[in-house]
Amino acid sequence: MNAVTSVLRLDGVDRSFGDRQVLKNVSFDVVAGRMTGFVGGNGAGKTTTMRIILGVLAPDAGQVRWQGTPLSREARRRFGYMPEERGLYPKMSVREQVTYLGRLHGLTADAARRGTDELLERVGLAERGDDLLETLSLGNQQRAQIAAALVHEPEVLVLDEPFSGLDPLAVDTVVGVLRERAAAGVPVLFSSHQLDVVERLCDDLVIIADGTIRAAGGREQLRQTYTTPRFELVVETDAGWLRDQPGVSLVDLDGARAVFDLAPGADEQPVLHAALARGPVRAFRPVSPSLAEIFREVAAQ
Amino acid sequence: MNIMQATRLVAAREIRVKLRDRTFLISTVFFLLIAAAATILPPLLSGGPSTVAVTEAAAGPLRAAGLEVHTVPDDAAAEQAVRDGDVDAAVVTGPAVLAMNEAPDDVVSALSSAPPVRLLNPDAVDPVVAFLVPFAFAFIFFITSQTFGVQIAQSIIEEKQTRIVEILVAAVPVRALLAGKMLAGTILALGQIGLVALVAVAGMAFGDNNGLLTLLGPAIGWFVPYFLLGFVLIAAMWAAAGALVNRLEDIGGVSMPVQLAVMLPFFAVIFLNDNATAMRMLSYLPFSAPTAMPLRLFTGDAAGWELPLSLLLLLVAAAGFLAAGARVYEGSLLRTNGRTSIRTAWRERETAA
Repeated sequence: MNAVTSVLRLDGVDRSFGDRQVLKNVSFDVVAGRMTGFVGGNGAGKTTTMRIILGVLAPDAGQVRWQGTPLSREARRRFGYMPEERGLYPKMSVREQVTYLGRLHGLTADAARRGTDELLERVGLAERGDDLLETLSLGNQQRAQIAAALVHEPEVLVLDEPFSGLDPLAVDTVVGVLRERAAAGVPVLFSSHQLDVVERLCDDLVIIADGTIRAAGGREQLRQTYTTPRFELVVETDAGWLRDQPGVSLVDLDGARAVFDLAPGADEQPVLHAALARGPVRAFRPVSPSLAEIFREVAAQ
Repeated sequence: MNIMQATRLVAAREIRVKLRDRTFLISTVFFLLIAAAATILPPLLSGGPSTVAVTEAAAGPLRAAGLEVHTVPDDAAAEQAVRDGDVDAAVVTGPAVLAMNEAPDDVVSALSSAPPVRLLNPDAVDPVVAFLVPFAFAFIFFITSQTFGVQIAQSIIEEKQTRIVEILVAAVPVRALLAGKMLAGTILALGQIGLVALVAVAGMAFGDNNGLLTLLGPAIGWFVPYFLLGFVLIAAMWAAAGALVNRLEDIGGVSMPVQLAVMLPFFAVIFLNDNATAMRMLSYLPFSAPTAMPLRLFTGDAAGWELPLSLLLLLVAAAGFLAAGARVYEGSLLRTNGRTSIRTAWRERETAA
């Protein structure tokens, strides 16, 4: 699989429900081997976008392309999907239904059985495999759901809120499994409203608000693009003088410690010189804003 | 994997799950017992030819008629044998026939000289059988299409209610899901009826009722295609009804029209089965044709050209309902908020081709 062509590309996707347009010209790439976080508020259009990728919904306009060609049903069958609204057959054993889903995705009976055994082992459900799904705890049902999405070794993974409802241990398991798949060259798109989890996991980030893609790209690149440069300064005495420094806007001031933003185009070195002129400087460093801050910034535009 | 393979996988799952379902197994065993009882018991209970007590001198014609003859020394002993219950009847000098409380027809006819009879319509059926057979056909169709139709609806609702449907729709064409369920329902229904028929035929052979079997043969043969098409017609309605709701509890609200479509023809055929005009109409109406037409065939009322014609009508109706049912199914499958109206479901086809 080559990195240039193994891209899942959304191109100008529109979708309305009745009079309400929920997706407007949505375009972004999910690149092979990278974990792409998909964030946005409730009702921003994440689930609709994912459903369109999987063909569960049809777009009104635009298209989804995989490796350069418009997606066919045959190609989608090799995708792995975990919908936001979870569910498997309550009265079937875990092993049986994961195998069944594997077969629906085109595996032979043998391959489906083997894939199921490996995955149940991997997500820690091997011993519960023959139990009916309804007898499992919610957390274990979630693990079964992950196994169901992965059993056919998908070429592309699309997961809608894969971490919601998981206990921390299960989150680690799932994160581990997803990283393995990404490392094997699979593009992974996952949505989450838990921004700290996304921050920890994603290589790329797509931010959607009101059905419009507000930002998309590498995480660090977005950090630089969408946030004003922010610095922390610790001096010996009071740092209140920063207020009068040109290009500086104070974010937080606590005696000798100050956090400030620089106006676009302003240089941080004159600020450092000014501080040194007033006395010793204990610390002077750039502050990386958290994903939550980027998100707030971008979504508010 | 093409749509056929997907359909087969879906059908195989449905059948596997059903065959483990205790309710289904118990009801099947129950039907088998009824079929066995209905065919084996009556001949056993009717008890064969009468036993008759008679003096040796008068025994000849009775033996010749195949009755079980007990010879007694005189008329008094013969009467005593009847009173003691050793025999069903006695023939005494006169000749007169003695019996306790019921005239023994076979003894009487053995002693009478009947006028020659020429039957003008030798195929005409015993009136009791003529009532029972249509009732049995109508009943089988009614019960089966109802039971398995409801099961198709339940299986559709289960997938909606548990939300697994979204994974399924992402993996296989919606039509394969529906086709698989219909196929599984048809196979299970036919399988159950086939078993019941097998037991009934074995029972008839065992109970020495081969005459009825010969008579029923062609009617059963025609019942199969009618049953199949009729079942598809009803099952398509059940599928659409199931797809419109999200919870098993809500199925009552949408299933009324389907119930009526099964029940009204059933009662019409039962109550109008001796009204030739009504039956002719019912045998063309797609909903009642599966029961009415095999019935007219059985009673010898249907002309040869009527069968293919009504079968064609039924086929067209079944295909139409299947297409409509599939459209409603596709349009409402992913609407998991409350009940979907038929109109919305009809207009909205959500999934990508």
